Amino acid sequence: MSGLLMPKPDDATMRRRDEIVADMRIIVPGEGVVDAANSMRAFESDGLTAYRQLPLVVVLPETVAQVSRVLKYCNDRSIRVVPRGSGTSLSGGALPLEDAVLLVMSRFNRILEIDFPNRTVVAQPGVTNLGITTAVEQEGFYYAPDPSSQIACSIGGNVAENSGGVHCLKYGLTANNVLGIEMVLMNGEVVRLGGGHLDAEGYDLLGVMTGSEGLLGVVTEVTVRILKKPETARALLIGFPTSEQGGQCVADIIGAGIIPGGMEMMDRPAIHAAEDFVHAGYPLDVEALLIVELDGPGVEVDHLIGLVEAIAYRNGSTTCRISQSEQERLSFWAGRKAAFPAVGRISPDYYCMDGTIPRKELPRVLHGMRELSEKYGLGVANVFHAGDGNLHPLILYDANVPGELDKAESFGADILRLCVKVGGVLTGEHGVGVEKRDLMPEMFNQIDLDQQMRVKCAFDPNHLLNPGKVFPQLRRCAELGRMHVHRGQLAFPDIPRF
Amino acid sequence: MTTFTPSTAAEVLSTVAWAAAEDSPLEILGHGSKRGIGRPQQSEHTLDLSKLTGVTLYEPAELVLSAKAGTPLAEIESLLAENGQQLAFEPLDYGPLLGGEPGKGTIGGVLAANLCGPRRLKAGAARDHILGISAVSGRGEAFKSGGRVVKNVTGYDLSKLMANSWGTLAVLTDVTFKVLPSAETEVTLAVRGLLDDRAAAAMALALGSSAEVSSAAHLPERIAARVAGGSLGSAAATLLRVEGFGPSVTYRIAALKALLANAGPLEEISGEASLSVWRDIRDCTPFADGLEKPVWRVSMAPSQGHQMLLALRMQAAVDAFYDWQGGLIWLRMEHGDPEADLLRGLVRQYGGGHATLVRAAPSHRAAVPVFEPQAPQLAALSARLKAEFDPKNILNPGRMTPAAGSATLGTATEGAAS
Repeated sequence: MSGLLMPKPDDATMRRRDEIVADMRIIVPGEGVVDAANSMRAFESDGLTAYRQLPLVVVLPETVAQVSRVLKYCNDRSIRVVPRGSGTSLSGGALPLEDAVLLVMSRFNRILEIDFPNRTVVAQPGVTNLGITTAVEQEGFYYAPDPSSQIACSIGGNVAENSGGVHCLKYGLTANNVLGIEMVLMNGEVVRLGGGHLDAEGYDLLGVMTGSEGLLGVVTEVTVRILKKPETARALLIGFPTSEQGGQCVADIIGAGIIPGGMEMMDRPAIHAAEDFVHAGYPLDVEALLIVELDGPGVEVDHLIGLVEAIAYRNGSTTCRISQSEQERLSFWAGRKAAFPAVGRISPDYYCMDGTIPRKELPRVLHGMRELSEKYGLGVANVFHAGDGNLHPLILYDANVPGELDKAESFGADILRLCVKVGGVLTGEHGVGVEKRDLMPEMFNQIDLDQQMRVKCAFDPNHLLNPGKVFPQLRRCAELGRMHVHRGQLAFPDIPRF
Repeated sequence: MTTFTPSTAAEVLSTVAWAAAEDSPLEILGHGSKRGIGRPQQSEHTLDLSKLTGVTLYEPAELVLSAKAGTPLAEIESLLAENGQQLAFEPLDYGPLLGGEPGKGTIGGVLAANLCGPRRLKAGAARDHILGISAVSGRGEAFKSGGRVVKNVTGYDLSKLMANSWGTLAVLTDVTFKVLPSAETEVTLAVRGLLDDRAAAAMALALGSSAEVSSAAHLPERIAARVAGGSLGSAAATLLRVEGFGPSVTYRIAALKALLANAGPLEEISGEASLSVWRDIRDCTPFADGLEKPVWRVSMAPSQGHQMLLALRMQAAVDAFYDWQGGLIWLRMEHGDPEADLLRGLVRQYGGGHATLVRAAPSHRAAVPVFEPQAPQLAALSARLKAEFDPKNILNPGRMTPAAGSATLGTATEGAAS
C-alpha cells in the first residue's frame, strides 16, 4: 500500500470496540453484525484493490429504522461510518477505516414498485443496476445507465457515484435518470427528495446527493425512470490510420446532428490486446478503432448508418464494417467489453484511470501519454468513451516489482493533470474517492473546496460520514463557517449604480 | 436604494462582498422577467446582472456553450439555431404569463429557475444540462464548480444546486451548458375529443411504446382554442410530439396512428403549426391573459394529475391543462383565491408532488407560501444549506421561504459542530 494518509483512528472509539459491537447487535439482530477479522476480510477493499483496511465492525442493516438508529448511535458518540453498496468502486470510495463502522447496504435488495404507466421503478439501494432492467424487460423496458460493473454494482452505489456507462451520451448519467431518493442523514433523520414526479421542489439536493460518494447521507430507496427498449440497434466498426482522423470523425458525426447510442474508441495497444483475447475480428493495422452504435426504429438506424459510413470515409477510414446481424453487432462490442481483462492478460497488473477531456484535445492527450509512458517506462492502453470525451487509460505494471505501483500511480496522476490542463476534469465516472483525493487542488482552489466542504457541513457537521474521501484536507465546520469581513470596502467604486 | 450594474465577475464579487460586510440585502436580477415569482421582496439594494453579458465559448462539435450569466437567452438561442443546435430542455418564457414582454430573460435566470419545457419527459430541465458554473456566494467569495465536459464527477455538483435556487444561494457569473442538435423534423399527432382520463390513458400508451414521443400534452375542451392562434379549434386535443430525422418521424407517426387507431379522431400537425402549439404550451399561453387570477404549476406523477384535478374541481372553480403526459398541470383559479391548502392537500392525497404559485397578486404571494412547503427535516436541511452559502441572508432574502437563513446567522455551522 502506498503512502495514503487517512484520518487518524480515534483511540476512544478503538478502546470501546466491544461495547460498540454489542450495541450494534442490539440495533441489528441476527446475522447483521460481522466482527471477526476473517469474516470482515471480504469487506477490506473495494474495486480499487491497491488499498485494504479492516473496518471496526461490519453492519448489514435490513430496515430504514435500523440504518437510522445505527447512524444516530454513531453520531451521538462521534463514531465514523463508511457506507458501502456492492463494493465495486474503482476509486476507493468504500475503503474502510480502522475506527469506522462499515455500513453495508446489500440486504436492501428488493424492488418495491414497478409502475409502467409512469415508467418508474422504486428499488431498495442494494438492488443491482442490471436487476432493475431484469425486473422490467419482460414488458420491453430497461434502465438506461449501464456502468460496466452493472451485473454487480448497486443502484444506491450508482447514486453515490453518479455512474455513467457507454449509453450516457444519448441517455444521460444516473443524475438524469433518478427521480427521487429516501436517505438517512448522519444524525438519523430520514429525508425524502423528489419522488414519482419529474422535478423536485426546492433546492436540488437530489442533484448534490448524486455523485456525493457517500459523504452526505445513506440512500435507503431510489426511484428511477425506465425507458422502452429501442426497436433495433446496429453498429459500425471503423478503423483509422491516425487518432486525429478518428477524433475528427466523431466530431463530424455529432456535427451532423447525430447522437449515437454508443460511440467508443480504442487505441492500438488496446485493439491488439482485445483482438488477441477474444478474436473479435478487429483490424490490427489501424491506430484508432471506433465503434458507433445507432439505436431506434429500423428505418432510422438504416438512415443513420448510411450517414455515418459516409462521414467515416470522408475522414479517411481504412476499414468500415456494418453489423448485418445481432450476432455481428455483439461481436463488435466483444473486444471493447473485454478490453480490461484483455489488458490484464498482457500485464500482471493494470491501473485504470478515468479523466474526461474536450474531445478535440484527444490527439494532444494521446501524444502526451506516449511521452509519459516513455518517461515512466510503463505501457499504457486506451479505451475512450469518444462521444463524451471520457478516457480510460490502462497503465500496465507489475505490483510484484518494488516501486512499480508507486510509479503507476505517479504516471496516472500526471495523465489526470494533463486532462485538467487541456480543459478536462479528474474523473468522468469513477469518482474521486481516495484515489484522486489529493489531486483535487489541480482543479479547484481552496475557496472552491471550502464551499464544497460547507455543503458537507449542512449534512454532516462533524465529518463522521465517510471521512478521508474526496477532500484532501478536512477543515472543521466551525472554522469554515467564519466570515472575515471588512466593512465599507467596495473595490470597484466605479461600478455603475443608479 | 441603489442598483448596481456590474459588467465583470470581479465587480459582482466586489459588490456582494461589500453587501455582506454591510449586512445589506440584495435583490438579484437579470432582466426581471421572473421577478413576479416568489415572495415579494424588500431588499435595500438591487444587483442587476443584465450588463454582465457575452458568450465566452461555443464549440458546436463539442456540444458546449459558456456565457456570462446576464447574457440574454434570446441571443444564445439564436446563436445555437444558426448552428442547427438548441438548449434541448426548451426553457419556457414566463414573460407573457406574468404580464411582461416575451423574449426576455437571461441564461443565468434559466438555471436559477431551473426552466424547462414540454420536452421535459425526454430531455430533462436546465439542471440536466448544466455542466459548470462560476458564482459568488453570499459570503462574498467567488467559487466554481463542474467544468465544460459532459462526464464529470469531480467533487459535489454545486452547479445543479444552483438550479431552482432563485438567486438565494449565490450570484451566478458564468454558466456552461451542454447543447444538442435540433431535430431535423417534428410532427405532432393530435387525438381529438378525449376527456381527461381517456387522454391520460392514451398518453401513457404512447409514451410506453417505442415511438419515442418527446412531449405529450392534453388541452381540454376550449383550452385547445387558446394555443397556436386558435388554429386547433376548441375540441379537446391530446398532443403527441415526435421529433428526429425525416424517415424516422414518418415511421413513428405511423406507428402511433396504428396504436391509437381506436382512441379517437386523429390529426397530424406539422411544420410551423406544430412548433407554435408546443411553444404556447411551454409558455402557458392559455393563461397569459393579462389578469391577476392565480396560476399554479403543479408537478405530480403523470397518471395522478387528472385524478387530483377531478377532486379539485369538486371544490373550486379552476381552468386547467396538462403537459408532461399529465404530470405537469397548469391551473388558473377562477375566483381569485389561490386555495393553496386545498390544492396542496389534494396533491399529497394523490401521491405527492409539489405546487408552485407562479402568478398571484403580491398580497397573495406574501400570505401564501409560493413554493411548496417542505417536511420539517428537509426544510431544516435546506435552511442549513442556505446558511452555508449565504450566512448573512443577503441574497434574495425571503424569496423562497419566509425564514430561510434569517434565524441561523452565524450559528448553523458553529452550532452544529459543537
